[in-house]
Amino acid sequence: MELYKKLYLIRKCEEFIIKNYNSDEMKTPMHMSMGGEAIAVGVCAALKPEDQVFGTYRSHGIFLAKTGDTDDFFAEMFGKASSTLKGKGGSMHLCAPETGFMGTSAIVGSAIPPAVGAAFAHVYSKSNKIAAVFFGDGAIDEGVFWESLNAACLMKLPVLFICEDNGFAVHSPASARHGYKSISAITRQFNCIVFEDSTTDVKKIYDLTSDAIIRMKNDNAPCFLHLNYYRYLEHVGVNEDFEAGYRPKKEFELWKKKDPVKMQRNKIMEAGINEQELAGLEKQIDAKIAASVDKAGRAPFPGRDVLFEEVVCKCD
Amino acid sequence: MRLMSYRNAINEALVQEMSRDNRVFVYGIDVADHKRIFNSTKGLVEKFGAQRCFSTPLSEDAMTGFGLGAAINGLRPVHVHMRVDFMLLAMNQIANMVSSYRYGSNGALTVPMVIRAVVGRGWGQAYQHSKTMHSCFAHIPGLKVLAPSTPRDAKGSLIAAIRDDDPVVVMEHRLLYDVEGDVPEKMDDFAIGKGRILKPGNDVTVIATSWMNVEAMKAAEVLQKKQDISVEVIDPVSLQPLDTDIICQSVKKTGRCIIADNDWAFCGYSAELAAIIAEQCHGSLKSPVRRIGFAFTPCPCTRPLEDCFYPKATDIIRTIERDLDLQAADLSGEEFYSYENKFKGPF
Repeated sequence: MELYKKLYLIRKCEEFIIKNYNSDEMKTPMHMSMGGEAIAVGVCAALKPEDQVFGTYRSHGIFLAKTGDTDDFFAEMFGKASSTLKGKGGSMHLCAPETGFMGTSAIVGSAIPPAVGAAFAHVYSKSNKIAAVFFGDGAIDEGVFWESLNAACLMKLPVLFICEDNGFAVHSPASARHGYKSISAITRQFNCIVFEDSTTDVKKIYDLTSDAIIRMKNDNAPCFLHLNYYRYLEHVGVNEDFEAGYRPKKEFELWKKKDPVKMQRNKIMEAGINEQELAGLEKQIDAKIAASVDKAGRAPFPGRDVLFEEVVCKCD
Repeated sequence: MRLMSYRNAINEALVQEMSRDNRVFVYGIDVADHKRIFNSTKGLVEKFGAQRCFSTPLSEDAMTGFGLGAAINGLRPVHVHMRVDFMLLAMNQIANMVSSYRYGSNGALTVPMVIRAVVGRGWGQAYQHSKTMHSCFAHIPGLKVLAPSTPRDAKGSLIAAIRDDDPVVVMEHRLLYDVEGDVPEKMDDFAIGKGRILKPGNDVTVIATSWMNVEAMKAAEVLQKKQDISVEVIDPVSLQPLDTDIICQSVKKTGRCIIADNDWAFCGYSAELAAIIAEQCHGSLKSPVRRIGFAFTPCPCTRPLEDCFYPKATDIIRTIERDLDLQAADLSGEEFYSYENKFKGPF
């Protein structure tokens, strides 16, 4: 049930963005998570609250999954002073360290090494925390991914690498970018634990991640989680882009049949939850989103002074 | 007087800070091998263990991001690059991540990270072991940049950098490693953002960075003796933030300014200094601001060409003489810095 509530929350937040993006009030490039909600929710639910998460410019899903917060989320989308970040980041740079959401980068692969350093700090300070870093399959093309994986394996650090593989780096398919057969086959050559799956079942991803975390502790090694999914919308923006011709709509329709949100809804219905009760819960989430949007809408924009705040410390 | 070399001053700063604060760790390519970054990291692994001093894979970019991840979790990493040129491989993490993390989290996360980078020179370093490029780092909001030219400031810079809550790049010049000077054992008086008057004077201001302070001091000594010209030598030390007051006070006093920067002049740090002086000291200038820097070529390997590439004390002397309409002094018999006299190969 908790898993479903998070899936529903993410889906509804993004549906709001799709519906209202054209009003031009959210001036930030949207890279939508839609289609990949099960990965965000399944993985984050398996983490302890104090575990840390790093992400990419496509991080609506993991932000909401990890923080559950819609006030800051929408305030930041609208670029308002009521956001903790005060509009400095926008959709591509969500960050809420008090909840363990340590930040995202819009440069492909760039948030991977900080996760390795974070894991080092956890070992160094004898904390039990792990660092999880989400990235797309495009990041595998970047040297820094391999540098980071190597360092984490060499130093035996508790890093959970999560490759959210939608088959495309922007619009280039893996076949146009890979001079090798399989990402997982290569990562298996490293001293790390590797799991691969193509499920959209959030519970399966939750279980898989929970197992992975236990294995990480037992084997004293990082883990590479390779999870395939389908990106419903265009690379950046809120529209479908099947007319562009680089991927067939038929493929999308196949994945849509096993949509993660619908699938989990059906599962909990089958488990015997009363439809009315479920609709009531959904309504509560809808109301939470509406309240956050309303608050963000009414909040002022940050003033000029904010521009110069927190570039460097005021210590001198 | 507590005489100590620049390299030992760096080492002492590291030992003292690592003893004082167990969040400090030192890492980078070859920091723990038998050569110990020209001995600047000697004794650290023995004293503090392999978790606090370790060599890394040859992955400058990832290991910079690694420092960032450790720093936002409260540790105080000191990342070492044997050459600035190698550090360029980490430019993505430096310019896109490290510098903006505090801003991007609106102050919730800070990056108390130090990047030590050694500027190479001499004995055939050529064009990939000799860059400085401090203007590139000072150009980026969120980074602080220090370039100490004396053993005392080398120690002070590193201690201040480690204690600072922001990312600080400390640029160490390889030729300065053997220079000796007075280095107090206890040193808390170094302030980031404060420049130094290395030698007071009244006729001309020379602002020099890094190694060029050695050349500027020699030029000042020769000009005093041969031309009775009193040169004020200013070492900004802290390139970002910059102590514009110490610079402008001096230029307003002397009315003349030569900038001797340890880098190329075009779009370099000297251009920034010249612009600031033009903006803030315009009415006081008796002659145009002059800039002295590397020849605008890649750095060549062979000694005769390298000698043409690097500016020297004689270039500063001649520039000042021209500005003051003085006849060129006879410099025969003066002893200028010679790498050949200091260093015998093979490397």
